[in-house]
Amino acid sequence: MATRQTASLARLMRAPAIILLLIWMAVPLAMTLYYSFLNYNLLNPAGTSWAGWFNYQYFYTDPAFFASIWNTLVLVLGVLFITVVGGIAIAILIDKPIFGQGIVRILVISPFFVMPPVAALIWKNMIMHPSYGVFADIAKFFGAAPVDWFAQYPLFSIILIVAWQWLPFATLILLTSLQSLDGEQMEAAEMDGAPAYSRFLYLVLPHMARAITVVILIQTIFLLGIYAEILVTTNGGPGTASTNLTFLIYRAARLNFDIGGAAAGGIIAVILTNIVAVFLMRAVGKNLD
Amino acid sequence: MARAVSRNTRIGWTIAAWVVALIIFFPILYTIITSLKSEQEAISGFNLIPSFTLQSYETVQSQNNYFRPFMNSVILAVGSTLLALIVAIPAAWAMAFSPTRRTKDILMWMLSTKMMPAVAVLVPIYLIFLRTGLMDTRIGLTVLLMLINLPIVIWMLYTYFREIPGEILEAARMDGATLRDEILYILTPMAVPGIASTMLLNIILAWNEAFWTIQLTTTNAAPLSAFIASFSSPQGLFWAKLSAASTMAIAPILILGWFSQKQLVRGLTFGAVK
Amino acid sequence: MNTTIRALTGATALCAIAGIAAAQDNVTLTVATVNNGDMIRMQELTGEFTAANPTISVEWVTLEENILRERVTTDIATQGGQYDVLTIGTYEVPIWAKQNWLVPLDDMPADYDADDLLPAVREALSVDGTLYAAPFYGESAMVMYRTDLAEAAGVTIPESPTWTDIKAAAEAMTDKANEVYGICLRGKPGWGENMGFITAMANSYGARWFDMDWKPQFDSEEWKATMTDYLTMMTEYGPPGASSNGFNENLSLFQQGKCAIWIDATVAAGFVTDPDTSTVADSVGFAQFPNREGVDNHGNWLWAWSLAVPASSKSPDAAKTFIAWATGKGYTSLIAEKQGWRAAPPGTRTSLYENAEYQEAAPFAAMTLTSMNAANTAKSSVQDIPYTGGQFVAIPEFQGIGTSVGQQFSAALAGQMSADDALASAQSNVTREMTRAGYIK
Repeated sequence: MATRQTASLARLMRAPAIILLLIWMAVPLAMTLYYSFLNYNLLNPAGTSWAGWFNYQYFYTDPAFFASIWNTLVLVLGVLFITVVGGIAIAILIDKPIFGQGIVRILVISPFFVMPPVAALIWKNMIMHPSYGVFADIAKFFGAAPVDWFAQYPLFSIILIVAWQWLPFATLILLTSLQSLDGEQMEAAEMDGAPAYSRFLYLVLPHMARAITVVILIQTIFLLGIYAEILVTTNGGPGTASTNLTFLIYRAARLNFDIGGAAAGGIIAVILTNIVAVFLMRAVGKNLD
Repeated sequence: MARAVSRNTRIGWTIAAWVVALIIFFPILYTIITSLKSEQEAISGFNLIPSFTLQSYETVQSQNNYFRPFMNSVILAVGSTLLALIVAIPAAWAMAFSPTRRTKDILMWMLSTKMMPAVAVLVPIYLIFLRTGLMDTRIGLTVLLMLINLPIVIWMLYTYFREIPGEILEAARMDGATLRDEILYILTPMAVPGIASTMLLNIILAWNEAFWTIQLTTTNAAPLSAFIASFSSPQGLFWAKLSAASTMAIAPILILGWFSQKQLVRGLTFGAVK
Repeated sequence: MNTTIRALTGATALCAIAGIAAAQDNVTLTVATVNNGDMIRMQELTGEFTAANPTISVEWVTLEENILRERVTTDIATQGGQYDVLTIGTYEVPIWAKQNWLVPLDDMPADYDADDLLPAVREALSVDGTLYAAPFYGESAMVMYRTDLAEAAGVTIPESPTWTDIKAAAEAMTDKANEVYGICLRGKPGWGENMGFITAMANSYGARWFDMDWKPQFDSEEWKATMTDYLTMMTEYGPPGASSNGFNENLSLFQQGKCAIWIDATVAAGFVTDPDTSTVADSVGFAQFPNREGVDNHGNWLWAWSLAVPASSKSPDAAKTFIAWATGKGYTSLIAEKQGWRAAPPGTRTSLYENAEYQEAAPFAAMTLTSMNAANTAKSSVQDIPYTGGQFVAIPEFQGIGTSVGQQFSAALAGQMSADDALASAQSNVTREMTRAGYIK
């Protein structure tokens, strides 16, 4: 089917997208790379000079650097774990014959439509606030002392908020996959007396593998760049307990206005995330064919 | 259904599903409830029945006219989505129907362009926007949002198009269908659900973008994300007002999402179904 | 054909001329401001300004403080020219003025009366005697306490208390069973949050951020004493979750009667004595910011939200007209007439504090004035220092440094590290940053 003519037509059809993305990637990347070798502080433009590798060295030796990488990993993996496990459970649940299925589905996917800063504000002020939040009210109702979520479990609190935002996405994709499962096969297994958990383990889960891969891939891309939720809730603290790599870059760029340092941090982040991406491809990519 | 599910089982599942759904929806519900409270009520403990005052909405509206940011959000979200589709449909089409050895690599590369942390490239982009006069313009932001979401759009369309069986085309050709017929009667009907749900997803993503839309706008192009930023963390606690502003910012997209929920589920596969 | 074109060209030219003429006469100002109550009020009164100046129209960009600061800093540093009037604080003004990013306000209209400004505020907003920003409202810090609780507990807080007095009073008034906490202080990390308070407290303990060689001093006895007392007071008499409490959180705790003592910005006095929002409005007493015995220093807290014109503004004259309106005496009387004297923007003009009606309506006026006059931002510590600024250090790097130190201190408050560890890591972090910035050779 792929004659030479269609092949060149195909190339023509691909070209605009590829060229646009190439520009979109190359121009900022080149400028960032350039800035990363400069002593360039926005608040003191006169002092701009060549810095060599100093910005990289400085970023890398930041006392919060390794903590931030660790926190990034915990954040991404924590959210992935909650959304995948929770997503499978909820997908199965709302796929059952229940009354008001449409409304239930609408309620479950709603968090996906909420702007990230709004979501963070809602959770911080109205749900998890130690004096006025709903959690505190529940604790008081049972006579327990309210938990100060953002001071005591900062990273967990942020994971919870982000997971809430992404749970609908995972649920939706997993649900689509579940619905394409062959009903007859399931029934046959049931007739043979296979218990529910083994049907799940040997039929449902393998069928969902591809969907799970997609969820992991797409979410990882978004989760690596999370910082707005941290900024609104904990400001990276207490200490560095909730500082991730992006937040560290944010601190350099928007508090110190250290453009050189932030650029170096950005380049380091790009390298690290691409390593993760390659790793991810190796690990789960084969599911995508 | 082949087997009748016992009524009791069904009720059991229903209760479980509703409990889970309500827990997930609760933060949004509580925001809407709080927006209908007075400020005093809002911080005086758990209470699900507000006094149904619209005072907070009035204050919010008088302080910051909702209409302009709302229109900007609509223009940016819809505009960037349409622009993305124009570029992405041919590309995804070509990748799905005339794949080369490198197609998958190109797709992965496209996704990897999303990995640059936005805060790190802010200053370069800011300078470009200033020098080209794109600062605080709708057109500049529309293009930017298009570029940000383009990889996801292409990928989604690609995986969807790939499910369209090529044999159908060949069969149609055998039957003497012209290219026009092919596109009009065979491909379009099959592709529309995928395009529609890609469009919806992208509108949601563009609507909720809250970094570039705040940093690169002042007044003319500022959308609802900037509207929210004018009500978050002021001096003093004004949660009813903040809830009202939040409700106003998320309501349009929430309603759109609710109405198009079926469509979204149908097409949001990312090739997850095989 | 030819004539049509000519006619068209003529028409276009006419339009263009009209457009230019209109642009000269009618100016649109873009004003960037913080979403604090006083600024919102100013925004609501825009109509009064445009009625008096029909050729000027005003566009508002209202944002929360942090986002606003990011936006305007980026804009001014890149000469973006997006704004005509900026709302900035005493921290930014000297730094930006030295970069020539601000238009000097030395030719304000005669009725502006710059000599009426409180001397401490005027000094903080001037560089080499030239005013670069006009104060909209100003604040220092003071003690606010519940007179009813003090009476019940049998303690008195003197007009000018020491930290020992405060500690004793906090202990006596604490009643955790009834959710009354002896003292509420800022704990939320941030250079303008907990570090504003802790820096002022350290000043009053005789500590300093840097010695004359810009070496950080967190290893000094004074800082150790500050942190020990801060943590002791907060853990023993403070509210739960204090490490995420900032100004707002403490304000509402106090308004709901949960704090016996609150030491914070003087503007809070207007909120806690407002019967509409405060349950304790009629039993609030005021005292000066405490000091350590033998140290003649009351923290030197001084902040003024001020209006400035960026050098990149295309309409600096109209911008000055606006600023003169919004920060002039006429504005104060306008507010007084519309919303009562208590709502008048505090802490900028001597004339306000001499006004009998204001003194009558605002019980906190005298203590606010005392606190503001006591603040010395030129020399905030009793020791020799190379920097200016009161509850902050007026160098560009302070936002980043202050926030990272604030994170350490808030971790100590949350019980995640000891005071010594927090001070040690503050010392090493700041040394690192200052070395990078080239202060430490």
